[in-house]
Amino acid sequence: MLRLPPFEFLAPRSLAEAVALLAERGSAAMIVAGGTDLYPNMKRRQFEPAALVSLRSIPELRHVEGTAQTGLTIGSGVTLTQVSQQPLIANAYPALAHAAGAVSTAQLRNMGTIGGNLCVDTRCNYYNQTYHWRKSIGFCMKKGGDVCLVASGSERCWAVFSSDTAPVMVALGASVCLEGPQGKRVIPVEALYRDDGIAYLTKQPDEILTEIRLPPVDGLRTAYWKLRRRGAFDFPILGVAVALKLAEDGTCTAARIVLGAVESSPVEAQAAEALLIGQKLTREVIEAAAQAAARPARPLDNTDMSLSYRKRMAPVYTARALAQAAGLNGDQAA
Amino acid sequence: MEEFDIIGQPLPKVDAVNKVTGATPFADDLSLPRMLYAKLLGCHHPHARLKAIDTTQATALPGVVAVITGADLPVKYGIIPSSQDETGLAGDKGRFVGDPIAAVAAVDEETAERALELIQVEYEALPAYLSIEEALDQKGEPIHDSGDQGNIHKLVSLEYGDPQAGFSQADYVRDDTFFYQGNTHLPIEQHAALAHYTADSRLTLWSSTQTPHYVHRLLSKALGIPMSRVRIIATPVGGGFGGKCDLFGHEIAAAKLAMITGRPVKITLTREEVFYTHRGRHPVLMWVKTGVRQDGSITAMHFKTFLDGGAHGSYGIASTYYTGALQTVTYKIPAYKFDGLRVFTNKPPCGPKRGHGTPQPRFALEVQLDKIAEALGLSPVDIRRRHLVEENSHTVNHLRITTCALDECLDKVVKASGFREKHRQLAYGRGIGLACGSYLSGAGLPIYWNDLPHTSVQIKLDRGGGVAVYCGQADIGQGSTSVLAYTVAEVLGVGLDHIQLTVADTDLTPIDLGSYSSRVTFMMGNAAIQAAEKLKALLLEAAADMLELPVGALAARGGRIFCVDDERRSVPFEQAVQRAEAQHGALVAMGSYTPPKLAGPFKGSGVGPSPAYSYSACAVEVNVDPQTGEIKVEKIWIAHDCGRAINPLLVEGQIEGGVYMGLGEALMEEQSFRRQQHKSPSMLDYKSPTTLETPEIETLIIERPDPGGPFGAKEAGQGPLLPVPPALANAVYDAVGVRIDEIPITPEKVLKALDLKRQGKAARVGPKGIPNVTFPKPVWVEPHSGAPKLEAE
Repeated sequence: MLRLPPFEFLAPRSLAEAVALLAERGSAAMIVAGGTDLYPNMKRRQFEPAALVSLRSIPELRHVEGTAQTGLTIGSGVTLTQVSQQPLIANAYPALAHAAGAVSTAQLRNMGTIGGNLCVDTRCNYYNQTYHWRKSIGFCMKKGGDVCLVASGSERCWAVFSSDTAPVMVALGASVCLEGPQGKRVIPVEALYRDDGIAYLTKQPDEILTEIRLPPVDGLRTAYWKLRRRGAFDFPILGVAVALKLAEDGTCTAARIVLGAVESSPVEAQAAEALLIGQKLTREVIEAAAQAAARPARPLDNTDMSLSYRKRMAPVYTARALAQAAGLNGDQAA
Repeated sequence: MEEFDIIGQPLPKVDAVNKVTGATPFADDLSLPRMLYAKLLGCHHPHARLKAIDTTQATALPGVVAVITGADLPVKYGIIPSSQDETGLAGDKGRFVGDPIAAVAAVDEETAERALELIQVEYEALPAYLSIEEALDQKGEPIHDSGDQGNIHKLVSLEYGDPQAGFSQADYVRDDTFFYQGNTHLPIEQHAALAHYTADSRLTLWSSTQTPHYVHRLLSKALGIPMSRVRIIATPVGGGFGGKCDLFGHEIAAAKLAMITGRPVKITLTREEVFYTHRGRHPVLMWVKTGVRQDGSITAMHFKTFLDGGAHGSYGIASTYYTGALQTVTYKIPAYKFDGLRVFTNKPPCGPKRGHGTPQPRFALEVQLDKIAEALGLSPVDIRRRHLVEENSHTVNHLRITTCALDECLDKVVKASGFREKHRQLAYGRGIGLACGSYLSGAGLPIYWNDLPHTSVQIKLDRGGGVAVYCGQADIGQGSTSVLAYTVAEVLGVGLDHIQLTVADTDLTPIDLGSYSSRVTFMMGNAAIQAAEKLKALLLEAAADMLELPVGALAARGGRIFCVDDERRSVPFEQAVQRAEAQHGALVAMGSYTPPKLAGPFKGSGVGPSPAYSYSACAVEVNVDPQTGEIKVEKIWIAHDCGRAINPLLVEGQIEGGVYMGLGEALMEEQSFRRQQHKSPSMLDYKSPTTLETPEIETLIIERPDPGGPFGAKEAGQGPLLPVPPALANAVYDAVGVRIDEIPITPEKVLKALDLKRQGKAARVGPKGIPNVTFPKPVWVEPHSGAPKLEAE
């Protein structure tokens, strides 16, 4: 079997202790929460940290507080199973619960955390391979090399941001709390990401994502549609999160459409959103918005299924997500 | 009174409790004192000469005990005697990315893995061939210097009867091309082996293998030590499906390292290495031309297959013949021609996977029949049902048909699924498809030529009533060990608690050829009955003495021997055993099974004959989303003629497993390569369906006992896979009117075909043509006298 490289496992009991350990160890240390993303990558030698700072024994990271009326705070250490099943979350933000429940398998959701899913490493099927495989094909710039194998001649890495929950968080208008040696800062969740397959997070390596703050529900209608080959295991190869507000007469007063797994960060389809505002969400309006939403998507051939298929599915999935959120009948849920 | 006590009962497997409690020791669970761990270094190039391998640094790494390369294992071997093209580690050149070229034994796996990185390999890159077309259009050095010519491993051409006359008598002739993508077995258990070479110069290898006897023979050859000094123990296998039927480099390397170091050496493949070990389904490009009369009866068929074999011969010659052998055993075909070609490519070697070489042509045949039925205005049911082979007949290519309950299979599946009410009548997007299949109940001939028994069973009775049963068969999860227990217990009339089983150990057990070709229940079952009957005769004789009754008045059931007319007059089983032992000495009996001579009088007749064929009919209902191309399988109905269900629970499990595997191949499984190496060698990225993609499967077990089978049983392990892919393809056509003549049927292909349809073009996705290959002049074969005749009009 594939073995983990040797590393020191540090299990701080408090957030302060964890922050101090990260500061002390510097770039030799990495953060691990559930480990469902990091450990397989370590086995394949994408990472060989000298030390891991585990967040599993820190009680401060496991809270879910608030209400639909006031907004919720979710500790980054809350498992994906909990996010998908807690009535408080599932009732207030059904798309978030659905997205968390669509991650991988039950076993991995029991280990994996919401913080981990927001920070999940970008993926590319030239990168998520063993050391032997990558050595055979030639190392890429994300690990060990200086070229991009999916877009030759590219200056940047095109690994795909593959979180299910992040597009929903962006659509919901969530913010995240980061704590490091320089103190604590709160940023909108979209500001956590950068469209770069390697440096895909703005979070500093010594910062810990401690909690997610969700705004009050306030009539927000949400949906998340995920494209993948199978009903389990698979990362999204397209994710569409939508959040809408409708006036009593059905006029759309607020709309956010966020695509996942089409680039190295979540992509908000602002042009498409503009087509919805002030409109009643008829099939025609939704269709036009869906076509516009798909335009900024620039998938490359580095995930499952072909890029033309993923591109073609973007408007289809967007339309279905919008229809679901708008309460239009006739489309089954993903 | 019921006919049987144990046969036909839905009993748990004899090893079920140990399996579900985790007590069963698989190969990787084994551990011996002073054991070392081995790792393999895979080739980094698809095709490269190994100019130099420097192991100095690796050998010097603390914790490393030995390093070997191809130079240490020069002997060529191969599972088929005429394809001796493998060595334990690649010697002259690496033939695919991942081809093992060196092995390290160290105190732990981490050290062995580190040592691999210290091995310096100097490669000379050679032109690589990744497809059938590239292999045929050979630009440089061929992959092997063996085989028929260049990269062509095997060329076959056989002609039975007069296909030309058949086509000229047809009312309708059509030809189609099909492609069936390669896929792999994906057993949950990764291959593992433990080798121990003791001071008395004896080698023991524990290995997760389906074929301990073939491993015994070949390991002895590869290492140059006599079979008498080699012992193979097949550990319980956590999934085989044909992927553990060869001797593999990791087994040879572990054995060689154990011999060099004098310490036990264990090796467990990584999942990626399992993908490279492969021996899975061949990608096959097919062309089939069929002539039919207005009533749908076939007048002639011409089948051409092109197999992408990967880097070695493995079972490939048999695979090639299998792509042309079983077309004839379902529907009457009076004239038939088969051309087959297998090429070497720089990919992991293909070999036998569940259905070995037959699911690909079955897909082509059953989809083409659907097209023919539509063209002639016939129902897909009738075109099949009216022209089934007859029982106790022969096919044009000399295969002997004994029982065939395909009529009943079709009738039951059509009824259960409501096929006639649904076909062509469901709403757009929904559809139902039908297909049939057939498979061997054991290959009629062994892998290497001999006229010895294919299996033997030994039974030893203990004075306490224990029944010790010995057989070389390897249980790969299908339940063959349980079948052995049921069979012996049934004949001797004892409960399963009397039976002790020793299996798959070449020192202790008589030879069985292995768990492949769906042969074990049929062949081992017959041998077990024979052995048990011999002992039963002695026990009845002893009891007859004790009861002062004639033997003919007695029966053995329920742990005692009793008078059929007066059950109060009885002797407990163990007392009969003691009496018989007093009369005859130790009570040991052997049973063996050798299939009847079934091969026809022509070269190439060795592949296809079987003592009996199983039959299946399958209906698949789907829901196709025309916007996304996604296929949701709503339900599958399958009827399988297994002769007799020794244990209906296990038969149902095998049928469901076959359906699941067939569905995976039909929908998504794919060995794909990019930049000359495997694109997705992991269980996450190689897409195989989960329970969520698996629909309700309604299984109908059809029992029409075959006179040659044990209690009338035929196979159930492989046949049920065969009709699933074509039934799915036919269902997709029924749903949205597009033909996907290519497996897997992915959403992308469905959308592409729908686009073509919208543009008014042929609504089909599939291969455009076949390579321009001149096949040799066919071997002409006079049809068997019992074969369907081409009636003059």
